[in-house]
Amino acid sequence: MAEPMKIRAQLSGDLLNIKVLMGHIMETGQRKDSKTGQIVPAHYIQHVSVGLNDKTVMAAQWGPAISKDPFLGLKVKGAKSGDKVTVKWEDNKGEKNSAEATVG
Amino acid sequence: MNELNTLRRTLLKGGCAAGVVAFAASAGLLVPGRALAAQWNKAAFEAKGVADALKGMGVEGLADSKEILIKAPDIAENGSVIPVEVTSQIAGTQSISILAEKNPLPLLALFEFAEGAQGYVSTRIKMGQTSSVRAVVKAGGKYYSAAKEIKVTIGGCGG
Repeated sequence: MAEPMKIRAQLSGDLLNIKVLMGHIMETGQRKDSKTGQIVPAHYIQHVSVGLNDKTVMAAQWGPAISKDPFLGLKVKGAKSGDKVTVKWEDNKGEKNSAEATVG
Repeated sequence: MNELNTLRRTLLKGGCAAGVVAFAASAGLLVPGRALAAQWNKAAFEAKGVADALKGMGVEGLADSKEILIKAPDIAENGSVIPVEVTSQIAGTQSISILAEKNPLPLLALFEFAEGAQGYVSTRIKMGQTSSVRAVVKAGGKYYSAAKEIKVTIGGCGG
């Protein structure tokens, strides 16, 4: 289930642009299976946190209406080349994933 | 005294010590830096109307602001992938929330910032129908808001 996560962390002046692409079905729980007619149970990311070195810079809570294979972009001041960016998520079924990238 | 010592040894030896650490972590006591909400806001995310969602978030006295910019398409041909970017120029922005007013569950996401993160977020959202998309910004304990209408072309026929 935990598909690979892609992180891009690029400095532009003193501003760090972080772009994250996660692999997740983001099932809303509102859709019916066309074959069985049953509602497909909700399965979506609820928590995302982004860390810079050992500090949390963003903590997000999501509902099911974030698009499939979610994209997240944020900007952080005060980062430098070589810093470590960590992204973690956890979904409503308790599945987790995390990935790291180094600021280029 | 003896009893206490025995208890202490048991704690140090056994899995109990690990249990205490796990509890502290789950209670958010070990989160470095500024404390960010650790718990998913069920009341707000499961609210079926905008008013209830805002209430669940503890929003009071929402003021319109021109310092919140929402960048999103005017017309979205595909309601399942709509890029949305929100920038808050309000000093001391603590969080940005995004709501699609006519979605079955209006609250889409809540982003909290700390440690140098700017009042900016970019993501992609799903919308069932044409609706206002509202960004709510918390800054200095107060709430500000801006909205933008996004027309969703049902069926994705490129109308």
